[in-house]
Amino acid sequence: MLSQIEGSRAVAETVGHCRPQVICAYPISPQTHIVEALSALVKSGRLTACEFVNVESEFAAMSVAIGASAAGARAYTATASQGLLYMAEALYNASGLGLPIVMTVANRAIGAPINIWNDHSDAMSQRDSGWIQLYAEDNQAAADLHVLAFRLAEELSTPVMVCMDGFVLTHAVEAVDVPSQAAVDRFLPAFQPRQVLDPDAPLTIGAMVGPEAFTEVRYLAHTNQLRALARLPELADQFAATFHRDLDALVSPYRCDDASTVVVALGSVLGTLKDTVDGMRTAGMPIGVLGLTAFRPFPAAAIKTAIGAAKRIVVLERAFAAGAGGIVSADLAPVLPADRELYTVVAGLGGRPVTRDSLRETLAAAFAGRLAPLTFLDLDERLLRAAEEVPS
Amino acid sequence: MFEVRIHGRGGQGVVTAAELLAAAAFAEGRSAQAFPSFGSERTGAPVVAFCRIAERPIRLREPILRPDAVIVQDATLLRQTDVLAGLADGGLVLVNSTRAEAELGLSDHGGRVIVVPASRLAREYLGRPLPNAALLGGFAALCGLISLESVTAAIRARFPGPVAEANTAAAAAAYDLVRAHRKERARA
Repeated sequence: MLSQIEGSRAVAETVGHCRPQVICAYPISPQTHIVEALSALVKSGRLTACEFVNVESEFAAMSVAIGASAAGARAYTATASQGLLYMAEALYNASGLGLPIVMTVANRAIGAPINIWNDHSDAMSQRDSGWIQLYAEDNQAAADLHVLAFRLAEELSTPVMVCMDGFVLTHAVEAVDVPSQAAVDRFLPAFQPRQVLDPDAPLTIGAMVGPEAFTEVRYLAHTNQLRALARLPELADQFAATFHRDLDALVSPYRCDDASTVVVALGSVLGTLKDTVDGMRTAGMPIGVLGLTAFRPFPAAAIKTAIGAAKRIVVLERAFAAGAGGIVSADLAPVLPADRELYTVVAGLGGRPVTRDSLRETLAAAFAGRLAPLTFLDLDERLLRAAEEVPS
Repeated sequence: MFEVRIHGRGGQGVVTAAELLAAAAFAEGRSAQAFPSFGSERTGAPVVAFCRIAERPIRLREPILRPDAVIVQDATLLRQTDVLAGLADGGLVLVNSTRAEAELGLSDHGGRVIVVPASRLAREYLGRPLPNAALLGGFAALCGLISLESVTAAIRARFPGPVAEANTAAAAAAYDLVRAHRKERARA
């Protein structure tokens, strides 16, 4: 049933319906509403058989999730920005140990300078942590992807991050069909851990692995992630059959079929992009949008298929690597046939709005052959000059 | 698509106003999107929230730059921020004040400005100067996009019994005031 609900609230209700057994959290904007709502669900008795653990830091939150998951509990946490960075060491342990933790990242910029607003710098900084990363386009996708995430994580014994744009989605109130308890129960079976830490049947997990086998461990982690590329569309089909709505689990092409230009992007900017592209289509420009839901694993084959014969690919990046350029672009470049042009547009850093006007102008420049290989959307030259004039 | 920008001060319930407006539109079977523009969230600091209402699903995520209507919860903001920035031609302006349009310097805005004493009504009905419900009741009368019944339903869904009833009474009073005000103007 559709309800008009805040994104954070929709995610919290959905996570609750996934019957987590341990939730540990440390508040940080813009993630806080999610764990606040979950704590209220536990306290009110609506979410039973679940322990809500208040911890003293994000490092502790992930460590508690690791312990809980290793002991056989379905574990969940959420964070953002500096909180995700503070977890970094434990993130690699969670994936290395094959623990199917699900975590929401309410995407936010990383300081300094301190900035609470949305971009993708936090999740992108952990792209190589061994976690699967799924990005939500809207709050319906954010809710639905959590159900999918628990299922995928537990099937593959690997942790999954569901990334949703901080404030833009977490604090937006819109219509969401929160997956019902009955439907989630049909889709998501009880957690059957592969191995359990149990004092009555002692075993060791995470023992030291030396040079003789470390490469093989990493190789298996890679092939395990690649299994998700095949599994995600299958699970999306099952999801559609259970919940009676589509869920794009790998990529979501929009008007790509006869497009000469395709814009690739992740997250909530896709909606604004689609509106922009509709206008440009009306003006006679053959342009499409390709949303990536999965960033890890990287859906190279699905991207190649969706791009088809488009000769110009513009990647809209909500984060970037100083001294190098686009992060998604770098992954995409080797996928593209040699005769394609690749452009990177860095947009919406630290919460700067990404508007249709600016997108239209920049994408029209691409059609006119005037777009530089690396562009920063709405770069304020006046501010740059002012920065140069500051005496050092 | 109809786009509304709401200006207020931290603590006045700017975000709640946008959410209630979206809930009212949703109750009428429309698509609606409410979202805040967060800055320094200090009590008393200028805050902006947005609400889009459409017949089709809303995909757009940019802030509302060219609103069809502006709601101003605190008239002192008129001196501080350009609350009319980007307002569409013939756009609607609803201001919470006990003073007349001319006193507020809004008289040459083409008759689309309406002032409603929302804080005074709130004091009267709620015992507290929380202008949201009255402003939304006034807004329903001003633009006709959403009905007073939908505003009432949104208020009842959000607040417990007695608080909801006091708020719906304030909304209805503001609705009547704005209706009367508009009729008077039409006659003049």
